[in-house]
Amino acid sequence: MATTLTPILTKFWDAPQSWTIDTYVDNEGYQALDKALAMKPEDLVAMTKDSGLRGRGGAGFPTGMKWSFLPPPDGGPRYLVVNADESEPGTCKDIPLMMAAPHFLIEGVAITSYAIGCHHAFIYLRGETVHVYRRLLRAVEEAYAAGHLGKNIHGSGFDLEVTVHAGAGAYICGEETALLDSLEGRRGQPRLKPPFPAVAGLYARPTVVNNVESIASVPPIVLHGQEWFGDMGTEKSKGFGIFSLSGHVTRPGQYEAPLGITLRELLDMAGGIRGGHRLKFWTPGGSSTPIFTDQHLDVPLDFESVAAAGSMLGTRALQIFDETVSVVRAVSRWIEFYAHESCGKCTPCREGTFWLKQIMVRLEHGKGTQEDIDKLVDICDNILGRSFCALGDGATSPVTSAVQYFREEFETGMHTPWWEAFPPERSVLFDASTAKETASV
Amino acid sequence: MTDTNYHRTDALTDADVRGAMEPTGPEDHVERDLDPAFHELTPLQPSSEPYTEQQLAQLNADSDAIIARYPVKRSALLPMLHLVQSIDGYVTGRGVTFCAEKLDLTDADVAGVATFYTQYKRHPNGEYTVGVCTNTLCAIMGGDLIFDAVSEHLGIGHDETTEDGKVTLERVECNAACDYAPVVMANWEFVDNQTPESAIRLVDDLRAGKEVKPTRGPNRVCTFKQVSRTLAGFPDGLADEGVGAGGPSLEGLKLAKEKGWHAPGSAGEVSEQDQAQASGAGANPQPGEEFSSADSDGSVPPAKEAE
Repeated sequence: MATTLTPILTKFWDAPQSWTIDTYVDNEGYQALDKALAMKPEDLVAMTKDSGLRGRGGAGFPTGMKWSFLPPPDGGPRYLVVNADESEPGTCKDIPLMMAAPHFLIEGVAITSYAIGCHHAFIYLRGETVHVYRRLLRAVEEAYAAGHLGKNIHGSGFDLEVTVHAGAGAYICGEETALLDSLEGRRGQPRLKPPFPAVAGLYARPTVVNNVESIASVPPIVLHGQEWFGDMGTEKSKGFGIFSLSGHVTRPGQYEAPLGITLRELLDMAGGIRGGHRLKFWTPGGSSTPIFTDQHLDVPLDFESVAAAGSMLGTRALQIFDETVSVVRAVSRWIEFYAHESCGKCTPCREGTFWLKQIMVRLEHGKGTQEDIDKLVDICDNILGRSFCALGDGATSPVTSAVQYFREEFETGMHTPWWEAFPPERSVLFDASTAKETASV
Repeated sequence: MTDTNYHRTDALTDADVRGAMEPTGPEDHVERDLDPAFHELTPLQPSSEPYTEQQLAQLNADSDAIIARYPVKRSALLPMLHLVQSIDGYVTGRGVTFCAEKLDLTDADVAGVATFYTQYKRHPNGEYTVGVCTNTLCAIMGGDLIFDAVSEHLGIGHDETTEDGKVTLERVECNAACDYAPVVMANWEFVDNQTPESAIRLVDDLRAGKEVKPTRGPNRVCTFKQVSRTLAGFPDGLADEGVGAGGPSLEGLKLAKEKGWHAPGSAGEVSEQDQAQASGAGANPQPGEEFSSADSDGSVPPAKEAE
């Protein structure tokens, strides 16, 4: 049976002034908070665990389990930090969610804070999206005024303060421990784990760090029950998620669907690959997830199936590239990004991304050498699993997967610049409006 | 067309390519040095002119408000650096010293942080930062052509400012708007689905002092200093301007409405208790059936009854 879309977090994004508390309340807003405050915190943790909700920020770690890792209360503060530093290339779900419906996140923050015993929560938003910051600040202000935040929330005796913090431009701050360092006013560099943030996080206190969409999914789960959530998705990847289609697709955009939907289904909904073209390669979950090709159209987009097919579900950031695109060009640009964003703390990532970039530049110019492909793979071997954090691992994904599926294009890079083999004018979208016809995939 | 049109020419000079081919001699690095005033690794600029008393009073009051948001005051550093930029237009030496004194840090601590993040500028920034996304997806969808066109039109490269001080051009990394590619950011407001022509119009309008309305943002693009103040956490009252979502953000929702698709149970929900009560009343909702809260009298959760 064909999968259908399930607008939940995206349900009223088309409402006039969708971001206001009034619109949210008209759409069941803050009912879940009432329900949650009538429950025991430990029951909320159990409920979230039982729902099967897994982190929506890429790693897919069970959200409720993360909460349950906090040590027993010792009388000191415990923190919730929301990772709103969305910057993984291709990922574009949290930013529109916070712009259109920020109260999902605010209510989720209130419920989660209550569940884990936190009285001061932080939302760390990337600084390069100022209108989203305005919307979040406003939403928090509205929530305080309505008694959903602040002292004695809904008469429950529970107090919660929320601070929305703007970063200043650094991809690495999406890594949870780098984010914590940044929030503490330092350079955003990852910490050695353990200790994990659950034990020693913000200000060395027990801390839960969750992605925006994970936290925003909490109110619907609390309101409608874990069975409702578990009815969507697959056995081990339960629930819904926002799938972001971008690139050479007829109608790029946000498609909220149960986990386990396939790219074939999503492309069908999005009008297919742009007219007259065909799918060449795509990322299932951002640039840090190994690329897929047209062989993978029917891979169910859930954590297990994508992993079994050799990639990662990541953030469901489906960047679609058609046959006009040079794989060498795409990979080289991603590598340039990782080299630029490597924080420099650990040697494999700092030096490895630098050298990957040098070799990719040669290949772009058609000046690669016979040894370059092996050298790329070898450098990747020395980065993967040897870096401080996932940035280094992520940098190897596009390289090794592209070599696996498109080795011949790297070989072409030994004599021909990519722009001769793949004239870039053919890839641009400026004339896309004249080519709406749906291609079969 | 030459290959240079498709490359980050300022980041990727012939010397880089040669360096990549023969990564041995230090002379390659000498050749890389650009105008020190504009190079992205330029150290922070010192400044001898102190803040006026009025500026200092305002800075102190604002910083106190920022510090009060956090349990540990060092957390105020990032917003305070945004605040410095809201007055100085970039991170000045005096701004660094102010932050250091305020937070009991050394100048080196503060400078170390300020030089880590790309939004903190090391030299006077234009009134408007125009950032063209040239990460892979946007670059391929047209971002590279847009950057080159705007760069040629303005006669400046990455992280350089027009002589009139109006526009600083940047290449930016993925800004979480891939479904609107190619994307240009104007002082960190979204200007979506750009072309070389529209982006040139954008910078011309900004330079001419015309009001420019972002695609998803307030009614007009604010100045760099104004936006820096907002980023320091001081609301500017513009949150209610602009759209909630642009077209691509709504594609899935639009299709779901056309097809009549919705989440299981849809609006009013079917908690276990609700289901038990509904079953008791002989009304078994089928999975996927529309089941609005209006239909479920008597099954309202207790918490809601309390309202």
